[in-house]
Amino acid sequence: MSSLSSYLLLSAFLFALGLAGAITRRNAIIVLIGVELMLNAANLNFIAFWRFGDHPEALTGILFAIFSIGVAAAEAAVGLALIIAIYRQYKTTNLDRIDSMKG
Amino acid sequence: MPPSFYILAALTIAATAAALSLRNLVHCALALSVAFIGLAAVYLQLDAQFVGLAQILVYVGAVSILVVFAILLTRNDEATKPLVSRFSVAGAATALVVLGVLTWAIDKSEFTHRKLPPAPAATVRQIGDALMTHYVLALEVIALLLTAALIGAVIIAMHNEEPKS
Repeated sequence: MSSLSSYLLLSAFLFALGLAGAITRRNAIIVLIGVELMLNAANLNFIAFWRFGDHPEALTGILFAIFSIGVAAAEAAVGLALIIAIYRQYKTTNLDRIDSMKG
Repeated sequence: MPPSFYILAALTIAATAAALSLRNLVHCALALSVAFIGLAAVYLQLDAQFVGLAQILVYVGAVSILVVFAILLTRNDEATKPLVSRFSVAGAATALVVLGVLTWAIDKSEFTHRKLPPAPAATVRQIGDALMTHYVLALEVIALLLTAALIGAVIIAMHNEEPKS
């Protein structure tokens, strides 16, 4: 077991856990937490490939991770605002009950 | 591999599993910040100091607090309801398949069997230079995106009163 694959395996575990949480849980906030954890798993991949890559002086992985953190922060703010607005309308954050657009 | 990696990996995975499986939502948010701190420590171990500190500032400092606020603002008495949705079996199976494919790909890849190169220099000065020269357009775009997201989040969550006329 080499070094890079340990980091990639940790990232794969985090991604699978986040995916399982995002699909199976009913609460919208936990689903958003699952999406955030999947984004973090991708960030870990960027950093690991930067560290083990051939040209670390180009800083590409670091800068991609920084921009990804920025986009994830924007996504969390808008997502949680949407959840609060939906809660005001339906008085629930249970995703199985927010189905008024269902045909 | 340094033993600290295994400790950090176990902590991060345990905190992630707790954040996604606990019943009490506030406990989920606390476990989520522990998972973010563990990931930041992994970044620091990979000699990416700036990203590790940005992770602590943005995720532990801002996103976790946002999640706690959202939990407190959407409190209701649904804690006794079943935790998982109708798709729980299919969702868990999908996640297991994804994990299996990723593990297989990582195991088969030639690239992953390389050793740790000597630590590269990634000082904050170099990152700042890169952000101000080569990546300045991306920096401006992300600034615009964050401004738009800030205004959009306020407008979406704002309670607009019906005019009484």
